[in-house]
Amino acid sequence: MTSLVVLDFDATGIKQPSRSAVAAAAKLGEVHALVAGSGVGVAAEAAAKISGVSKVLVADDAAYAHTLAEPTAALIVSLAGNYGHIFQAATASGKNVLPRVAALLDVQPISDISGVVDADSFVRPIYAGNALATVKSSDAKKIITVRASSFDPVPAEGGSAAIESVCAAGTDGKSSYVGSELSKSERPELTAAKIIVSGGRGMQNGENFTKLIEPIADKLGAAVGASRAAVDAGFVPNDYQVGQTGKIVAPELYIAVGISGAIQHLAGMKDSKVIVAINKDEDAPIFQVADYGLVGDLFNILPELEKAL
Amino acid sequence: MKIVIAVKRVVDYNVKVRVKSDKSGVETAGVKMSMNPFDEIAVEEAVRLKEKGIATEIVAVSVGVTQAQETIRTALAMGADRGILVETEIAVEPLAVAKLLKALAEKEGAELVILGKQAIDDDMNATGQMLAALLGWPQGTFASKVEIADGAATVTREVDGGLETVKLALPAVVTADLRLNEPRYASLPNIMKARKKTIDVVKPADLGVDVTPRLTVINVSEPPSRKAGIKVPDVATLVEKLRNEAKVI
Repeated sequence: MTSLVVLDFDATGIKQPSRSAVAAAAKLGEVHALVAGSGVGVAAEAAAKISGVSKVLVADDAAYAHTLAEPTAALIVSLAGNYGHIFQAATASGKNVLPRVAALLDVQPISDISGVVDADSFVRPIYAGNALATVKSSDAKKIITVRASSFDPVPAEGGSAAIESVCAAGTDGKSSYVGSELSKSERPELTAAKIIVSGGRGMQNGENFTKLIEPIADKLGAAVGASRAAVDAGFVPNDYQVGQTGKIVAPELYIAVGISGAIQHLAGMKDSKVIVAINKDEDAPIFQVADYGLVGDLFNILPELEKAL
Repeated sequence: MKIVIAVKRVVDYNVKVRVKSDKSGVETAGVKMSMNPFDEIAVEEAVRLKEKGIATEIVAVSVGVTQAQETIRTALAMGADRGILVETEIAVEPLAVAKLLKALAEKEGAELVILGKQAIDDDMNATGQMLAALLGWPQGTFASKVEIADGAATVTREVDGGLETVKLALPAVVTADLRLNEPRYASLPNIMKARKKTIDVVKPADLGVDVTPRLTVINVSEPPSRKAGIKVPDVATLVEKLRNEAKVI
């Protein structure tokens, strides 16, 4: 049976994690994609080009402008009849919307999968990634969010899917969008970056992120991340957080600076291909997962590193 | 306004869990158990709403084994007024927990339900969203700020790009993210007082909910482990290794 993948997108196009969700869905057969929003022509065109997508459903309505969970879930439920599986990347939106869809369909969702075994069975990390559970669902439909870092994204180009408009499912008006404070950055997004430079409590303040980490990130074309401690301390905004409850990343290179390596942080980055740790405490747990460790004072090391790149 | 909060008994966040040798799950025998950290934040938020005079009563609900009463007791010591344990030996999944909470929220006439955004054991991040769906209420997930006024909750949410604010007509469901507040430690007098507070015990069947799991655990395994690499003496060596050995820059 065909799968439906709910896509995340912005003005610039389809988000990379959504192409990982398509990759997961494609393991089971034909894939249709849903673009729900307001004024989504560009996103729909981009979705139609994604390799492996055979049809794009487009719901273009003011009700979906901010992807509020209530109308978006109602829309997906109205489309669910044709599909055996509904997937979305485990983005903030996927985590917000898909469980609501599942409850409306009386389905136990399967969150944040890292593997597809067969049409009923999936692998998912539990306990902050310290164990992997293979679970088999007895529900008629499967509602699944996908850990994007576990699936190579399908190419953004190469497909030529048909685009079909679908009717809006309406809204009950119980929720409304007030506003956003989004971090503006020219750097790549954390979940799509090939290189990430992350800072922890050892950075001491936000200014040191700007002064010491950002120049290195810019030289490497990297995204900037942070540990929970650095976010809690207010050094950087919440969307920088890498970890069990922040973003899960697996870049080619992850440079952890002044991060001790709590279980909750390791859960978000230990699948990175190469890990570098810079920390003055040579016993910090981060060194147990690092390919290259450098013990020393980050305030000396970072400027030197910037010069050497 | 009556608030229902949901609290889960989980393996303490400081415990490094071990997979059982028969691969049926993780070892929980003799392991320290605590309240799910996100639920502590949910409790704290409810207590603050009561201290502000917005909430009138806080009912702490847990679903689980008899010992989950201890988790409820912690919520009572933090300031919840009474507790309800839905007692079961079954590892109840989020869908069934949501059904149980729906039954209780309706019975209690709650206008707000606050839960942690996810439990740190199964990492599902689903119960609050599912509860909102079943009740037909709006949801404010991953909340870092909650303001209640004029029959609505204004919720600031932590999303991938930063923060988003939504307005929800009450009744509503809110799930707590890390930065909503810093939970208090219960004081000794409050711990003593909590002993006298009521905890009602009900069974899932009393609430007319079938808690049979929909997911069967085929096996639980250790993730591939990562070996520690090498220490490099200086920046020059690090850059050389990244360029020529790892070839990542």
